[in-house]
Amino acid sequence: MGLMEILLIIIPSTLLWAAPLIFTGLGGNFSESSGVVNIGLEGLMVIGAFTAIVFNLTFVDVFGSMTPWVALLAAMVVGALLSILHAVASITFRADQVVSGVAINLLAIGAALFLVKFIYGKGQTDIIQKGFSKVDIPFLSDIPVIGKLFFSNTYYTSFVAIAVAFLAWFVMFKTPFGLRLRAVGEHPMAADTMGINVTRMRYIGVLISGALAGIGGGVYAQSISSDFGHATISGQGFMALAALIFGKWHPLGVMGAALFFGFAQSLSIIGSSLPFLENIPNVYLLIAPYVLTILALTGFIGRADAPKASGTPYIKGKR
Amino acid sequence: MSNRMKNIVVPLVAVLLGVLVGTIIMIATGYNAGSAFIALWNGAFGEIYYTGEVIRQVTPYILAGLAVAFAFRTGLFNIGVEGQLIVGWLAAVWVGVAFELPKFIHLPLAVLAAAAAGALWAFIPGLLKAKFKVHEVIVTIMMNYVALHVTNYIIRTVLSEKSDRTEMIAESASLRSPFLEGLTDYSRLHWGILIALVCVFIMWFLLEKTTKGYELRAVGFNQHASDYAGMSVSRNIILSMVISGAFAGLAGAMEALGTFGYAAIKGGFTGVGFDGIAVALLGGNGPIGIIFAALLFGSLKVGALNMPLEAGVPNELVDIIIALIVFFVAASYMIRILIDRISKKGVK
Repeated sequence: MGLMEILLIIIPSTLLWAAPLIFTGLGGNFSESSGVVNIGLEGLMVIGAFTAIVFNLTFVDVFGSMTPWVALLAAMVVGALLSILHAVASITFRADQVVSGVAINLLAIGAALFLVKFIYGKGQTDIIQKGFSKVDIPFLSDIPVIGKLFFSNTYYTSFVAIAVAFLAWFVMFKTPFGLRLRAVGEHPMAADTMGINVTRMRYIGVLISGALAGIGGGVYAQSISSDFGHATISGQGFMALAALIFGKWHPLGVMGAALFFGFAQSLSIIGSSLPFLENIPNVYLLIAPYVLTILALTGFIGRADAPKASGTPYIKGKR
Repeated sequence: MSNRMKNIVVPLVAVLLGVLVGTIIMIATGYNAGSAFIALWNGAFGEIYYTGEVIRQVTPYILAGLAVAFAFRTGLFNIGVEGQLIVGWLAAVWVGVAFELPKFIHLPLAVLAAAAAGALWAFIPGLLKAKFKVHEVIVTIMMNYVALHVTNYIIRTVLSEKSDRTEMIAESASLRSPFLEGLTDYSRLHWGILIALVCVFIMWFLLEKTTKGYELRAVGFNQHASDYAGMSVSRNIILSMVISGAFAGLAGAMEALGTFGYAAIKGGFTGVGFDGIAVALLGGNGPIGIIFAALLFGSLKVGALNMPLEAGVPNELVDIIIALIVFFVAASYMIRILIDRISKKGVK
């Protein structure tokens, strides 16, 4: 098997697996930059995946080939709605943000499975008819070599994800809104003194995280799993959290980390068909994202520091 | 209302709110809430068999709750109980299948192996926290997944020949008891509950009655003050994680040596470690509270299995209720304000 053929398998697969991680990781970035830790990403992805699948199954006759995209919007809205719970608990009621996130995770999987049984009378949904499908992107796929490697046999969602990463970078680092968001996460009291509404900024941060994680779940469900059951999202949200840290709380870093983790995930699945990997147990590839994250935090791969006020509720007048 | 009273009332209100919202969900989805709760009760206490199963379920819950609570009391958040439980489970099974020894050596050895494995798994985040100031929440989450994949790999390649589960542990390493099983109409109740209760006592004694426990709590309250008083902050952080991990490993031993007797490939987490967070929170991180909280969640979980059969309600409803209880305990600031308002009105 030549290098070209190997790359032709690996690159589209990496992009496929990375897309949900990019969306969700960026979501986490907005939340944590505003100072709210969001362990609930996993649960938000679960609810996104559930919503997308149910919407897709229900409205496929109405929207036709546009169904997966409309379903993504629905997943986005429901993800944002669920994240309100996390926001209310951790911002207004000053709950421990980690505990609230754990509650979101437990709630999401419980509620999604409860509703699946309620709607379909069984533990797993049917397989959707119209998911995201492989396409050759017009024009770009005609570019020699690069077109074939990156833009053929791939998914639009991966490129949307990358575009959103650049958009997030622009919003966070080039707009007044982004500056305020980060200020609230680094030093809420200073931000408050300058007239920034800390509570409002944090609510927005958490809502964006819910929306993006919902999309992430929707993308995963409609391009990878194609149905929804108890194990559809198992660890994707936490891996996105890992990407957030490995990417050092920077949107483009998050994107890079997500692409790398997508690469590791796809290798663990297709590795046995590649000549140089068939003798390596895939357990190494499975644990690679997590081990790398721990190493990144420890400082072996450049130090990763969280936003300063991340995880602490802001109480006006408290010093 | 005194603070002591509030600490008892707040969890009760949280449980009531959780059940209330669960009821509303059932009414909204057209299920019969009354028959669902009757089915839940029957599924937990209707027959002696079910009660035996409840106590079996309570056993790992107590230990997982202790693990979370011990870390909490010393200022750490151990989300990695799940991973430590899984490695404990594997270690206990490993010792259980690898040796043939007399029971009075084999069983303690298997139990201790589980505790040691859990402790080792928690040692890493403890060390990283102490030496590199890395937040333990993220490291323990990552360690959960490493544990899941590594144990699956070991089960598949080392403990079996490409099979999905190991063979059964030797009888000499088992916690199973024909006596307890006979007493409860052949449920899977085993001696582990005694180990769990002893551990509750150990935690209380260690934290409240020893110098070391005082140090551990002091470091949790204020690292700088403890450092100034001459305590080693980093050593206490590591020790706290190790003890917490040992409790978690024991929870794994309960599943390995008592309930199942083997280890199987896992597609996902057992959930016991995360429910342990709920147990610790609701129990207020205290020994007595943990026992009651474990009883509540254990009977909810076991009773729920009867809900689809008797009332046609999906058992996930109980997962929703548990999640809501965690949520309401976490947001207890809201409940405390509410209690203050109500009790002030009473004074007027």
